[in-house]
Amino acid sequence: MTAPVEKLQLGRIGETVARADAIPKVAGEFAYSSDLNAAGMLWGHTVRSPHAHARIAAIDVSEAVGMPGVHAVLRHEDVPGAPRYGLEFPDQPVLASDRVRYFGEPVALVAAEHPEQARRAAAKVRVEYEPLEPVVDPERATEQEPLHPDRPTAGHGYRDDPRPNVVRSLVIRHGDPDTEGEVSVSGVYEVGIQDQAFLGPESGLAVPDGEGGVDIYVATQWLHVDRDQIAPCLGLEPERVRIHLAGVGGAFGGREDLSMQIHGALLALHTNRPVKIVYSREESFFGHVHRHPAKIWAEHRATREGKLVCIRMRILLDGGAYASSSTAVTSNAASFACGPYSVENALVDCTCVYTNNPPCGAMRGFGAVQVCFAHEAQMDRLAAELGIDPIELRLLNALKPGDTLPTGQRITGTLPVADVIRRAAALPVPEPEELPRDPLRLPGGSGNTTRGQGVQRGVGFAVGFKNLCYSEGFDDFCTARVRLLENGAAEVHCAAAEVGQGVNGVILQVAREELGTDDVALAPGTTAEVGSAGSASASRMTWMAAGAVRTACRAALEERERRGGGEVDVERIYRHPRTTPLDPETGQITGERAHVAYACAAMRVVAEVDVDLGLTRVVWIGTAQDVGRALNPQAVEGQIEGGAAQGLGLALMEEIQTRDGLITNASFTDYLIPTTLDMPPVDSELVEDPEPDAPYGAKGVGEPPTVVSTAAIVSALRAATGQPLSRVPVRVDDIVGL
Amino acid sequence: MRISLTVNGDAHEADVWEGESLLFVLRERLGFPGSKNACEQGECGSCSVLLDGSLVCACLVLAAQADGHEVQTVEGLAQDGELHRVQQAFVDAGAVQCGFCTPGFVVAAADLLARNPDPNDDELREALSGNLCRCTGYAKIFDAVRIAAGR
Repeated sequence: MTAPVEKLQLGRIGETVARADAIPKVAGEFAYSSDLNAAGMLWGHTVRSPHAHARIAAIDVSEAVGMPGVHAVLRHEDVPGAPRYGLEFPDQPVLASDRVRYFGEPVALVAAEHPEQARRAAAKVRVEYEPLEPVVDPERATEQEPLHPDRPTAGHGYRDDPRPNVVRSLVIRHGDPDTEGEVSVSGVYEVGIQDQAFLGPESGLAVPDGEGGVDIYVATQWLHVDRDQIAPCLGLEPERVRIHLAGVGGAFGGREDLSMQIHGALLALHTNRPVKIVYSREESFFGHVHRHPAKIWAEHRATREGKLVCIRMRILLDGGAYASSSTAVTSNAASFACGPYSVENALVDCTCVYTNNPPCGAMRGFGAVQVCFAHEAQMDRLAAELGIDPIELRLLNALKPGDTLPTGQRITGTLPVADVIRRAAALPVPEPEELPRDPLRLPGGSGNTTRGQGVQRGVGFAVGFKNLCYSEGFDDFCTARVRLLENGAAEVHCAAAEVGQGVNGVILQVAREELGTDDVALAPGTTAEVGSAGSASASRMTWMAAGAVRTACRAALEERERRGGGEVDVERIYRHPRTTPLDPETGQITGERAHVAYACAAMRVVAEVDVDLGLTRVVWIGTAQDVGRALNPQAVEGQIEGGAAQGLGLALMEEIQTRDGLITNASFTDYLIPTTLDMPPVDSELVEDPEPDAPYGAKGVGEPPTVVSTAAIVSALRAATGQPLSRVPVRVDDIVGL
Repeated sequence: MRISLTVNGDAHEADVWEGESLLFVLRERLGFPGSKNACEQGECGSCSVLLDGSLVCACLVLAAQADGHEVQTVEGLAQDGELHRVQQAFVDAGAVQCGFCTPGFVVAAADLLARNPDPNDDELREALSGNLCRCTGYAKIFDAVRIAAGR
């Protein structure tokens, strides 16, 4: 809980600033991508595969074409340009032609005057499928027929892995992985498939420009990479495809990949009418990638005093049907598998496979969430084995600047692991609440299932870390353009996607700080006016946008000085320190760094569990997070509280259920996310240790709370129940020991 | 079919298809896009409006059922250019991130405070448990409602 803040509309670096978009958002006047309209607009709808794996024998659209209000029905042969696209590898069909590889894969498109007409026509598109055996068990995928015989990710500098259906495999060898310890603990851990479940389903409006080009207004995380995937499929030069950021109803990684963009543009160009596509919630579960489910085999070896001497871990990630960003998730899972601990010997073997399960890619935490759940369970297990306090064990092994990671990279920036552990551990834990009490404050809640009988309390702890910015040689940059007007006002252009995280506020704070004026306006994000900002992901957007806007502001002031006044308009590109790929054979760095920088967080959790019924209640979360420098403290707290909630969801309730690759819970009735009754208060401590390479010392703050909270909550549940709880989300049966 | 209803105090008429929800008609036919569509089945509360003074999910009400009735949406909360105290408190407390859930939350919170001006924490959490937020973890939403109750 936080104290009420003063009303502030303007602010500089380090101040709590109200969002510029808060007033239109509370008034219901903010235009999200689903709120857009245009004269003569049609509604698009997507025909999707009911099979996880099938051959397409024929597609008959004749009945659909003639239905009332229908203006277009399109199939794969109507795609004028490249038939496939992809965030990093073009392995995904715009519309399936001969084969579908996942449940819900787009097969055809309809545009009609009313959304119901479009839905009804879509139901009349007759697709003749010949079902194929789906590849659904990731442990068997490398022995089954390849889903992508052309191996889209081969030849990109990754380890040459001849097994079928490998997206990427990465082995990190550090020191002597055969080193034995005086004690050893082992475990097998599983993580279910989590959905981003942003509140605003995929949507957008495509408007033909009358000259063969198209404007697309869409909720996305990276305008320019969208354009660079869309334009080739439309057979257009990039300049003729302009992407404009519409209001974004949350993202969390799920809007990195394309959804309706190419489809809307195809229908708009075909009909020469504006076309809007809005996914339903059910469709949204098919419309974006998810967090990779994982299975992790871990062994930790240590001295009797608790010093880690060797970590061995095997990680299997299910990438689903298409590559998306799976190669980078593989790298992250492997890179952070050992946790924020110093260990001289390690063997980490991480493989991501193609299957016919739902496609996976980016979600907040990006590979670090899954391994944090495993390494923290292992640390608790080791502490129990040694009879050492689990917090002391973590402090004994905590990474610090100057230490070397298993990839061989030395930590050159800040990483206050011991500080976050101490400060989280020092937060006062609430006293057990007396009985009787309102059922809302008992496990089972308003279900009124106990008066306190069978309720046990546990306190858990976890620490985790992950990288900031893009890694492994990716040319990661951000562009900003600053216009200084004659009247003293300034206009900033930056295509950074405001997805709710507050980057627009950061941009304005930086510009005010650098220009020394409050009279700063931020222009709408568009590919038409400014270069790429890169993605609003990887905890990079604050760092990168701050860097670009600061650079452009300073250049604009210099330019005005040089000219002796007048209007100036400059565009500048900012890059973070260069990275290089990990060695494909050893997993070791090939230059100074594979990752740019790191952020860590520690979390302490109190939970109560009804051990008879398997019901849980998280009572309190206390956390200390390494934020570098808090540019807007209230917004940082908001990221921590929201990030913790998403980790709580994965710990307790969130999992996409599949049967033979078919999603069986694609709704908010069946896929549960935390409500007001599930979330406890969150006490957060901001640990400020400025990052030397980052503008103003600020680290990204969105991901660390999600990385650590799943692990911390399950640690508390284990303390309450004594059960191993090696799988998330934790199920009732796991708690009661069935 | 043609329906007549009052939205935020003004009379409106619309030609609707029988299957259309009140939410669709508000958003697509009457120009009130403030209420959001996030789940279509009454789970998320993003489309919360008052129907004759009762809090409902507009996605679960057929437009035809609203014929002859009064609807208040998020757009009707501010009066004479002044935000409702709940809306202002959401701004001040940092309770807005992506904001997609916000219209539903402010309508539900304003309804709560109209019924119960000084809710305790349990009442607050229970009253808002029909509204989902994916960004904030709810802490600053609770702060906002407490601030609004105190003003």
